[in-house]
Amino acid sequence: MVLQMNHIMKIYSNGVVANEDVSIELKKGEIHALLGENGAGKSTLMKVLFGIESPDEGQIVLNGQETAIKSPQDAINKGIGMVHQHFMLVPSLTVAENIILGVEPKKYGFFIHMEKAISEAEEIAKKYNFDIDVRAKVEEIPVGIKQKVEILKALYRGADILILDEPTAVLTPQETDELFVQLEKLRDSGHTIIFISHKLDEIKKICNRATIMRSGKSMGTYEVKDISTEEMSRLMVGRDVILTFDKKPSNPKEVLMRVRNLSVRNNQGVQKIEDLSFDLRGGEILGIAGVEGNGQSELIDSITGLNKSYKGSIYIKDTDIEKSSIKEIRDLKLGHIPEDRMTSGCAGNLNILENLFSNQYTNQEYSGKMLLKTKRIQERSEELIVEYLVKCKSFRQNVGMLSGGNIQKVIVAREFSTEPDIIIANQPTRGVDVGAAEFIRRRLLEFRDKGCAIILVSADLNEVFSLSDRLAVMYKGKFSGMFTDVSAVTEEELGQYMLGLKHQEVQEGVIYE
Amino acid sequence: MNSAKRFDMFRMVFSVLIALLISFVIIFFVSDEPVTAIVTLITGPFKSKRSMGNVIESMVPLIFTGTGVCIMFSANQINLATEGGFHLGGLVAAAVALKLGLPAGLSPIVAISLAAVAGAVFCAIPALMKIKTNSPELVSSLMINYISLWLCTFLLMHFLQDPSVGSASYKLPPESELPTLIKGTNIHLGLLIALVVAVFGYVFLYKTRTGYELRLTGENENFARYSGINIVKVILISQMVGGVIAGIGGSVELLSPIYSRFSWVSLLGYGWDAIIICTLAKKNPLYTPLAALFLAYLRTGASIMARYTDVTLEIVQITQGIIILLVVAEQFLSGMKHRMIAREARASLKDEGVA
Repeated sequence: MVLQMNHIMKIYSNGVVANEDVSIELKKGEIHALLGENGAGKSTLMKVLFGIESPDEGQIVLNGQETAIKSPQDAINKGIGMVHQHFMLVPSLTVAENIILGVEPKKYGFFIHMEKAISEAEEIAKKYNFDIDVRAKVEEIPVGIKQKVEILKALYRGADILILDEPTAVLTPQETDELFVQLEKLRDSGHTIIFISHKLDEIKKICNRATIMRSGKSMGTYEVKDISTEEMSRLMVGRDVILTFDKKPSNPKEVLMRVRNLSVRNNQGVQKIEDLSFDLRGGEILGIAGVEGNGQSELIDSITGLNKSYKGSIYIKDTDIEKSSIKEIRDLKLGHIPEDRMTSGCAGNLNILENLFSNQYTNQEYSGKMLLKTKRIQERSEELIVEYLVKCKSFRQNVGMLSGGNIQKVIVAREFSTEPDIIIANQPTRGVDVGAAEFIRRRLLEFRDKGCAIILVSADLNEVFSLSDRLAVMYKGKFSGMFTDVSAVTEEELGQYMLGLKHQEVQEGVIYE
Repeated sequence: MNSAKRFDMFRMVFSVLIALLISFVIIFFVSDEPVTAIVTLITGPFKSKRSMGNVIESMVPLIFTGTGVCIMFSANQINLATEGGFHLGGLVAAAVALKLGLPAGLSPIVAISLAAVAGAVFCAIPALMKIKTNSPELVSSLMINYISLWLCTFLLMHFLQDPSVGSASYKLPPESELPTLIKGTNIHLGLLIALVVAVFGYVFLYKTRTGYELRLTGENENFARYSGINIVKVILISQMVGGVIAGIGGSVELLSPIYSRFSWVSLLGYGWDAIIICTLAKKNPLYTPLAALFLAYLRTGASIMARYTDVTLEIVQITQGIIILLVVAEQFLSGMKHRMIAREARASLKDEGVA
């Protein structure tokens, strides 16, 4: 037994109990899956192990000795390495520089010994069979390689236990396969790997044992070969998951949005969207899949008015929005669920009520010329809290004190309560518990059935597959594929489009004249 | 009141007590008669009608500048030009009182109104610089205070100066003076105006559309922008309203019975005090009178103490400093807060278990 975590309890300062009496044991040389839905407490447990969070209760036993892990540095010293979901790399530095960062070999005790750094980085890459050019700049290498750099970084610091937090989330199916080969090699050389995921097939493929978590509790540890995927998913969500919604066939109506020859460059002058055109009709969900960073954010920002420096044109209901303010665009009955709820979706220090009306307080129903109609706003808040199943004490509770899923419900309630004709949903269920995610998805379908036009950008392929009526894949600022019959595409095929291995020359169903 | 708010209140009181305690310890070190000094500090303000009056009248400028800063800080516009706006307001009021020769009643109204305009224009300068040139209002407003000071001094010396007294204006005419409310003290009409302004500030921030826009922007500018709020408007309006209140504050102070001439040739510091008031009031104008009362009491006590014992007035600056440090230090008592939240969370876990 390399590591035991016993009876861990972790309560966050907003009162959320993220871990409640969780225990996990790791054997040397195994790949151990930590399985659970978003918000089940996997990441929290690992943050406790890596010294980012300190537990309220429980003990950690490392190599037979009870130990306290005070900081990530402490964890690294004890042979624990972590690869975060979001890479912690310096883009402008080379691979080698990133690997040695913080533990640089020194020349004369002060200067960085760059030649030694490069040779050490090359040595460790070779030792573990990682095919990487250590002289390449991190900003120029693909995501799959960046992940390898992260793993090497941990190995260079002497990690015996390696935590991988949803390593495949940003990878294409092909890159995932490659990663797995590497992980198996690492395991065979005696490393212990904790593999955090909620993708059952991946766990089946690569893991020896799995600990399943559900809403902050451990549901037990199982030998992967002895447990079926159905059983795992039942333990994970507490009931059989319905991956396909019984949705009615779509009944698309008139075109509500036209995007023509859209091109966007970012602040650094990098072309993020190139000559993109498409139509969006009422009563349909247009899913947009793709590896993050292929222009999805720029597209959404341009449509919603957050980005004003684009070329080409965007029409919403025949209004050219080039000169329209965000308010004017919203007044065209557009609702927007933003990608990152804490950065732009809410104000954590304001209460639920104050977060529910930011897009509609000027409506005559809620305010006069000067004063807010406080009583009416309070009534409506109470209605919305009930209607959108927001779990809270009252509308006076600060939004920052709610769980991720409930914050998202507040945002969805706000954006949907204006009865929008167009909804831009960017990662609407990211980091949200199963119940809330399903609720949000059903709402999206309801709006579609009412004739609303919806753009759904999601990294969750399952979600895109089950909700979309049309599915576009974005690669390097363009649609590499457009599928009008979603059921005819496989995940494998989609991955090839996401990677840019495949590209449709002629795309059907992009524009309706 | 939820437990988080209760905790904040507790933390505030606790901070004040710690700060006082440290000040007392310092007094013990520096004074030959520490007990007398401390007793004077605490009980001094209650000893006479005049000193009680002193507490109340020194609240007035603090409420004004405190409310102004609450509004600007609520929109996260860290404009420190309240200091200069207050100063300018005083000069404008003096000029109106001396030069226009208006009858009683009308004179203070015109003086205060013009001071309000001057304050608004003055505090709008850092706002416009931020909008047009992206210069941080913190820096520009800090520097612009000196322009206000020296501009006012220049105008005083060239247009209002009474040569017989040196650096002060001619005596203000009785028509312009704000009436006293309580005989035997200097408590004047300005107190009522200040209270009205504090209530106005609260209504403005918490009950109006514009106030809502200000607070949303202050808490999360990205969120406000995404929601469709005009940020430029918020930047300008918040700082102008703050300036209006600072200007009124300066004029009211100058027209009060405390001053018979405009003699401000250095900054008075009410703009800085406003930051303390705003911090203690948690950016809510409604609480500024309470915060001002506390500060005024402490200062009056300290000045009495300085008069009768060997401890200097500056000791309260230390007290104030410690209070601010503790109140704004988010991590102070965070362990205790965490335990409280953890306890509640565990209790609710048990409830769910039973249900």
